[in-house]
Amino acid sequence: MSSSILARGIPSRSPAEGSRYAAMEAVFDAIAHPAQVPGPRLAKFSRRRFMQATGIAGGGLMLGFVLKAKPAHATPTTLQPNAFLRIDADGILLYAKNPEIGQGVKTSLPMIIAEELDAAWDDVVVRQAPIDGAAFGPQFAGGSMSVPMNWDTLRQAGAAARTMLVAAAARRLRVPPAELSTRDSFVVHAASGKRIAYQDLASAAAKFPVPDASALKLKDRRHYRLLGTRVTGVDNDALVRGQPLFGVDQAVPGMKYAVYQKCPAVGGGVSSFNRDAIAKVPGVRDVFALEGNGKFAELLPGIAIVADSTWAAIRAKRELKVEWNLDQASKDSWSDSARKAETLRHVSGEKRVVDDGDVDTAFADADTTLDAYYTYRFVSHAQLEPQNCTAWWRDGAVELWAPTQTPDSGIKAVAGVLGIDPSKVTVHQTRIGGGFGRRLYNDFMTEAAAISKRYGGPVKLQWTREDDMSHDLFRAGGFHQLRGSLDAEGRVSGWRDRFITFTHGNGRPVSGGDMSRGVFPTGLLANCRIEQTELEWKTPCGAWRAPGSNVFGFVVQGFLHELAVAAGRDHLEVLLEVLGEPRWMEEGNIRALHTGRAADVVKLAAKKAGWGRKMPKGRGLGLAFYFSHAGHFAEVADVSVDANRKITVHNVTVAADVGPIINLSGAENQVEGSVVDGLSTMLGLSVTFEEGVVQQSNFDSYPMLRMPHTPNVDIHFIDSDYQPTGLGEPALPPLAPAVCNAIYAATGERIRTLPISLEGYSV
Amino acid sequence: MLRLNVNGKVRELSDDEASTPLLWVLRDALGLTGTKFGCGVSICGACTVLLDGEPIRSCSMPASAASGRDVTTIEGLASEDGELTQVQQAWIDLDVAQCGYCQTGQIMGATALLQSNPKPSDDEIDAAMAGNICRCGTYLRIRKAIKQAAGNMGESA
Repeated sequence: MSSSILARGIPSRSPAEGSRYAAMEAVFDAIAHPAQVPGPRLAKFSRRRFMQATGIAGGGLMLGFVLKAKPAHATPTTLQPNAFLRIDADGILLYAKNPEIGQGVKTSLPMIIAEELDAAWDDVVVRQAPIDGAAFGPQFAGGSMSVPMNWDTLRQAGAAARTMLVAAAARRLRVPPAELSTRDSFVVHAASGKRIAYQDLASAAAKFPVPDASALKLKDRRHYRLLGTRVTGVDNDALVRGQPLFGVDQAVPGMKYAVYQKCPAVGGGVSSFNRDAIAKVPGVRDVFALEGNGKFAELLPGIAIVADSTWAAIRAKRELKVEWNLDQASKDSWSDSARKAETLRHVSGEKRVVDDGDVDTAFADADTTLDAYYTYRFVSHAQLEPQNCTAWWRDGAVELWAPTQTPDSGIKAVAGVLGIDPSKVTVHQTRIGGGFGRRLYNDFMTEAAAISKRYGGPVKLQWTREDDMSHDLFRAGGFHQLRGSLDAEGRVSGWRDRFITFTHGNGRPVSGGDMSRGVFPTGLLANCRIEQTELEWKTPCGAWRAPGSNVFGFVVQGFLHELAVAAGRDHLEVLLEVLGEPRWMEEGNIRALHTGRAADVVKLAAKKAGWGRKMPKGRGLGLAFYFSHAGHFAEVADVSVDANRKITVHNVTVAADVGPIINLSGAENQVEGSVVDGLSTMLGLSVTFEEGVVQQSNFDSYPMLRMPHTPNVDIHFIDSDYQPTGLGEPALPPLAPAVCNAIYAATGERIRTLPISLEGYSV
Repeated sequence: MLRLNVNGKVRELSDDEASTPLLWVLRDALGLTGTKFGCGVSICGACTVLLDGEPIRSCSMPASAASGRDVTTIEGLASEDGELTQVQQAWIDLDVAQCGYCQTGQIMGATALLQSNPKPSDDEIDAAMAGNICRCGTYLRIRKAIKQAAGNMGESA
């Protein structure tokens, strides 16, 4: 695709849009905080970099430029006003621009185009787009950003084509365009009853100028016919037939199979290994050590084995005897960190990242104060498709087939490791067997590329499950010493969170370890202080579904419930009181918390769950709210607990406001999945480290939730008029506190530790 | 010579492959990549195939154990003219998949269940499917799809 940009007619960016994109960039920055370890960085999308990356001319609107990128292969008989669609005599093709990791964007993003195009969904063929930032804008899966970042662009892409088709039909029928309408891939002239198929108009429509984005009339959403309905995923037919879709399914001629063994303690190097013995293992073609480039999210030192089959490579890897140089290796220990935190929680933290009002006076004047210590462990992403990548180095360039959430960053990382220009790196997007944030980091790409270059031919790198679990970029554990106060009327009058987290020694907390960015209840209470202390930690930590929020939700929504109980008041009433009057928490930022939207989801969840009803002995309802990734979510869990602390989660009621829904089936699937993921993680998942080595290795020691323990999920979307926002993440954070609050309601026992298996609970 | 009957076709393989797990023979030697690698130790179910109609974990069974027996993979479910089975169709109708990676194993497990028990209860479905992990958490839809395929929809919830 060409990257030529026609800038004419691009409207200037309004102040509100400016603020919106600044917020998006901040969100992207937060989620994609690269490894946050010394050295490796994903591209940080500052505003300037963002504009450069997307080719925006000064003052221009991003959307306009993308829609003007002229596709290189457009022919006179093809209607292709922008990179996102092409219509010709063969049919209607829509491109899905972003990586599909299970969040449904390969279906939902093209649906947005089809709606404005008025194409019948059954007529549409969807294809994964090539990586081409100039044509498609930023292409990544992260931060629940795919829908909000592409909403305007894709609607305009469809509307531009529809406008041209109408113009062509008007000329053919010799009627004014205003007399024409569009429906189900036809232009219709109601007065005469004539209909012309888009395919028959494509060639004529291609001769009309592409309309300016500012001139396009977008549909009122009351007239939507496709958006908001349930549409099955575009890959589902291929999936149920077992056709090759995933990274792991890729194959190229002459391909060999590779494995890569790294030091179990991150940072360790190779001193020596039994090279000769490995070379003699049947099927082994080559075995060699790679030094690495010193960057955790790129290339760590290790030993590559290239063989005739995956199994030959895995078998040889089991015979490896390596002497590791541990001089630079991690000595991380969970138990040491927990001991340090146990001391630190009794003293003031290193930094005050939030200090609103006067917490000390609030505590001194309080009727009641309450202290609680919350902790949670590290966890793994455990996406089901183990890391893999196919790479083919030839003639000074490399081609990769990679299941990555950030192909752009992958290209840069590979180019850096191989010492070549990024233009020499081609990445093909594959379907991805689970992301959850793990595949924001492209270590599997750089490894595959380096192995292919050294071996001198195409290889498919396959990590085993054990490789995957030992070399993740983990969600960090953490510790929170909380103090809250109640005034004489039982209102929350002060809140202090003494947060102990981790740092990779670069002056910043790890991903998900920063409470400075408006974490609940910051801004909602007059007196609120958050202290933050960062412990040194070498093993890389990374973004894990709803970074930060996935644990802060548990802590703050559990503690708020504790305060409500201490006040002798109804949790629902206290939560609504804290949210207060309906208002934006950041004026002009439509991705900020809106307390009115928050209160609405809280009230709706409570109503649908029958909040306040009498529950049988040993059974309770628990409520929690959380706002993340611009999504407002409230959840009520209905939980039974028996005498042996065996719990049954009967039902989870979810109320959400994420604006208009694109694909209702996909949206519900994300919520159901978030509930299961949240429950799975809070119940029994924990990664621990000793001497820098991960103590868990496979699903036997990392037991994920299975079908028999899946609760019913009752979902209610508030169909609000706000811009649509993403759904990959925000449904998860309220689950753990809702379940823990329900366990309290059922038993009077407060859970302040995740996973709850550490407190003796099971399913 | 190792002879496997895969999806109704006899496939001949070198004896060197006898100890190779069936999963890797299917994927690398025969190019049938629909069967997935998840854990390598029989606890996630992604690699499930049918051996003489019974669901087995192909990651932990040597290819030689399948010698002379009928192996059915996901690629072998649809009819020769491409018509999907009730199970496959239910998976599409209910939009079961998120990432989709585990769904091969889920569909093979569901297929085996319905062959031995055409009208399973919820508890029977749970018991039969408990060996298959879905990291995305699509269990509710998997259960519904099995019931739809069984013609059970509308009965006990």
